[in-house]
Amino acid sequence: MSACVESAVGPVIEVEDLVACYGNQRILDRVSLTVRQGEIMVIMGGSGSGKSTLLRYLLGLRRPDSGAVRIFGKDIARLSSAEWRELRKKMGVSFQGGALFSSMTVGDNVCMPLREHTRLDEKTIRIMSRMKLEVVNLAGFEHLMPAQLSGGMIKRAALARAIVMDPSVLFFDEPSAGLDPVVAADLDRLILRIRDALRVSIVVVTHELESAFAIADRIALLDHGRILMVGSVDEVQRSDNQRVRNLLTRTSEEQVVDVEEYLCRLTEGVE
Amino acid sequence: MACTVAANVHATSLRRVTEAVGRRFVAGVEDFGYGAALLVESLVWIVLGRWLNQRVRLHAIVEEMMSIGVRAIPVVAVLAFANGAMMAMQGIYTLREFGAESRVVAGIAMSVVREFGVLIAGIVVAARSGSAIAARIGTMQISQEIDALRVMGISPVRYLVAPILVAMLIMMPLLTVLSNSLAILGGGAFSVMELHISPDTYLERALAALAIQDLVQSLVKSLVFGVLVTLVATSNGFSAAGGAEGLGRATTRSVVLSISAIVVADMIFTFFLSR
Repeated sequence: MSACVESAVGPVIEVEDLVACYGNQRILDRVSLTVRQGEIMVIMGGSGSGKSTLLRYLLGLRRPDSGAVRIFGKDIARLSSAEWRELRKKMGVSFQGGALFSSMTVGDNVCMPLREHTRLDEKTIRIMSRMKLEVVNLAGFEHLMPAQLSGGMIKRAALARAIVMDPSVLFFDEPSAGLDPVVAADLDRLILRIRDALRVSIVVVTHELESAFAIADRIALLDHGRILMVGSVDEVQRSDNQRVRNLLTRTSEEQVVDVEEYLCRLTEGVE
Repeated sequence: MACTVAANVHATSLRRVTEAVGRRFVAGVEDFGYGAALLVESLVWIVLGRWLNQRVRLHAIVEEMMSIGVRAIPVVAVLAFANGAMMAMQGIYTLREFGAESRVVAGIAMSVVREFGVLIAGIVVAARSGSAIAARIGTMQISQEIDALRVMGISPVRYLVAPILVAMLIMMPLLTVLSNSLAILGGGAFSVMELHISPDTYLERALAALAIQDLVQSLVKSLVFGVLVTLVATSNGFSAAGGAEGLGRATTRSVVLSISAIVVADMIFTFFLSR
């Protein structure tokens, strides 16, 4: 119960001046972002914008070089591994390719978090996992192996596994990638339904405009490692910022060619 | 002028070589440290997992024991038997020149138990499980299953590495005992025919040549080999990146490195233990 009270106040996720580098390349440059309780925050950007990297930080798969990431008010750089385990029970993730364990049936995949984190008996675990499969319309498929599922079914099974512990925050990595438009729209509706049914906060990382506009409460536009703007769907659509317009109308940006720099790039390291 | 250019070129290439050597060395030290960290973390999970309510599953250990140990029995048996027979053949023909062919039995028994039995078991396990483990963990890494484990709050080391380590520590000594016995049996099959001695005499002479320290040495080695294969294979699996090609590289590297590690470790052991 205390967990509920705790998460009812303050933002679910706070990112403050996060800087991320791979080698000499700056992938994220002073990114700040807040995800509020119960909202669907869509982090949108083209490929190479740093959105996947940002997600890895939000999931705690990387430790920040500089800046801070707070989840439920806790700085992820300062958590002990036991605290992490507790925190992770409140987080659900649906990965881009599903990341279902290929050596287990769909049912076992969904049961796994319950088996590892709870002391429930096997019957209860089965029933609970069936309930979640029911939510994503996959009832009766629990005996199949992940390799036997279609793309859309894999995403839904991954979603069932993500919500089986009744998390307070859900993450989606490119939910509509690799799906046809009809199935993608179905998945969007499913995400909305789950938010209403489970009252979770949802973070979606995507490059799909249509899907972003369909589900977002707020959109954060990421471009070359910087947050371009954060706002509601309306605000983003009405923005007159040129780079925002470019992203929305899918116009590629004209790169200004600096002759000097171009030559430097070509000859660098060549003797 | 030409001279300075040549010297310059020479200096740069020398610098490059030094740099490359330095990088490899640092990478090697890094790998070693990573392996040590994996070992410590696995041991912590094995010992403390029960109290942290994050236990290493018996079911997973049994499964690993099947794939690492039980399914390796036929190969180990054939290789050990053949190796024992070969030693008998070589030994008898070589010692015949000195008229000492009857001493071959002691020679087989000692070299098998001290050296070749455990080496055969180790190489078979490295080749079979070293590749399989690296491929399995590498696939999981590439398809983000490892990330999925971590975000679920399940330690990949506890879930994947610890059961393998336990299975290795149980199965390697057993495979070694099997390998030792079959190699001695193989040597016996040939010696009995060639030296016209009874199987009883052969066994008696073989056992007489052995001391308990020899067996202990062989079992200790088998434990070390098991740990080495586990660490090399799992760390290569975890560091797999770059799709199917990267996976292939990780698998090959795992087999090559674990066999090399075993042979080198064996040499070091023998150096210290046979003094």
